[in-house]
Amino acid sequence: MNKLIAKNINVWYGDNHALQDVSMEIEPYQVTSLIGPSGCGKSTFLRLFNRMNDYIDNFKLDGEILINDVNIYGQGVNTEELRKKVGMVFQKPNPFPTSIYENVAFGLRIQGKKDKSEIDSIVESSLKKAVLWDEVKGNLKKSAFSLSGGQQQRLCIARTLAVEPEVILMDEPASALDPISTSKLENLIVELKKSYTIVIVTHNMQQAGRISDRTAFFYMGRLIEYDSTRTMFLKPANLQTQNYITGRFG
Amino acid sequence: MNNTKKNRLKDSVFKYYGIMSTFIGLIMLAVFIIIILQTGLSRLNLDFITSLPSRFPERAGIYTALMGTAWMLMLTIIFSVTLGVSAGIYLEEYAKKGLFSRLLEINISNLVGVPSVIYGILGLAFFNRALGLGGSLLAGSLTLSLLIIPVIIVTTRESLKAVPKTIKEAAYALGATKWQTISRQQLPAASGSIVTGVILALARAIGEAAPLIVVGALVYVPFAPQSPLDDYTVLPIQIFNWTSRPQADFQVNASAGIIVLLFITFLMNGVSIYLRNKWQKKVKW
Repeated sequence: MNKLIAKNINVWYGDNHALQDVSMEIEPYQVTSLIGPSGCGKSTFLRLFNRMNDYIDNFKLDGEILINDVNIYGQGVNTEELRKKVGMVFQKPNPFPTSIYENVAFGLRIQGKKDKSEIDSIVESSLKKAVLWDEVKGNLKKSAFSLSGGQQQRLCIARTLAVEPEVILMDEPASALDPISTSKLENLIVELKKSYTIVIVTHNMQQAGRISDRTAFFYMGRLIEYDSTRTMFLKPANLQTQNYITGRFG
Repeated sequence: MNNTKKNRLKDSVFKYYGIMSTFIGLIMLAVFIIIILQTGLSRLNLDFITSLPSRFPERAGIYTALMGTAWMLMLTIIFSVTLGVSAGIYLEEYAKKGLFSRLLEINISNLVGVPSVIYGILGLAFFNRALGLGGSLLAGSLTLSLLIIPVIIVTTRESLKAVPKTIKEAAYALGATKWQTISRQQLPAASGSIVTGVILALARAIGEAAPLIVVGALVYVPFAPQSPLDDYTVLPIQIFNWTSRPQADFQVNASAGIIVLLFITFLMNGVSIYLRNKWQKKVKW
């Protein structure tokens, strides 16, 4: 796994210049936080890496996103294959309206996997990796909606892990969760970075401080500062970064 | 009188007006059903359902009409569901949003309000004559399908729209193609309300007589249809036929036929309500 590289990224939604000349390299097997006030472009930036912005009307991109040295917006790129390598966890837990088992198995079924014992074992290992197995192992046939919010979010992570991604994008994954569920989720994220590259958008400064190795601060569509989390929180070079992190604006 | 009092008065006037309107509808329906039951119930027995038509009222039955309605229902389901649901999926998920799709949308919504006999005339010109299907079940069911396809398209689109976008995003993010997302997530999630809408549309279709008279459903068919190309009659037309006879005994037969037809439509409506409740309980976002 190489670095994820964004080169001279400009994004427009119609006339709205949402991202302006952003270049950034994301280290493999680390947690990278994207922070900044609402509307600063951090979610747009995150969604570039699995091409989820493609569905937005009048979305326009200039620049390159390189994953394993391939420009994912280049010609001949298969978005379905890309998304198997780059998984995503959303803001609100969004399990499918099916059983816990089928939620995790979905990614395998759409790849044409039919072997029941293989699917069984991947479902089990994914739920274990997402630290949900012990809570659900007797109830795999139960509806995913019977789980609590925090469990649902970990189920969504398990579902993502089942297709064996290299990168996991998380768009404010804890914003709908209570403090206990949030802390479980944060422990899980730290655990997952051993095997996956993780990029997380968060509004929660403490969270960025607790779990991420590197932090990027976005403001008004620009990448203002990007450094190790420690430096960003203790000795930011930019006054705006300092003001945002200390809560003076945001 | 001050303003508050005036508003209160308006409020209660409208309340009683509403109650009255509701009761007028209900009373009319109740009177209708009571009269039908009084006249027809005595004639309703197994013989009535299994007998072929006859010029003697006491021997005449609805067997051929019932079989015709069953065939009609089956064929109409096949044509209208495949075409209507596919068109609904296309318009909601694939069609580029633009002037053309807007025009199409407005037209389809307007088609829902076109009188059914107009569809009959279209069916007569196109299916009976141009395609040479004559007065067959096939021509009749295609005509009824035309009648309810706009309803099914609208229902399908509304049902798909009601599935949260987050489900779609989740499937895409796992590497699902558009069709996999539609067929494995959106359609199953929407199927409850689609099925409900389809059943209601079909319940309307099987009560139709006007378009079928135009496309050549016969008033007298001695045998039950054996294939889609056979001549046929259906319950509403059989009833219509009996009511226009001078003999009083045929009026009794008509009432009995109406009871059977009402039973079928109530049953279909009941099933659709049952399914709607069941799915609503199962899927909550």
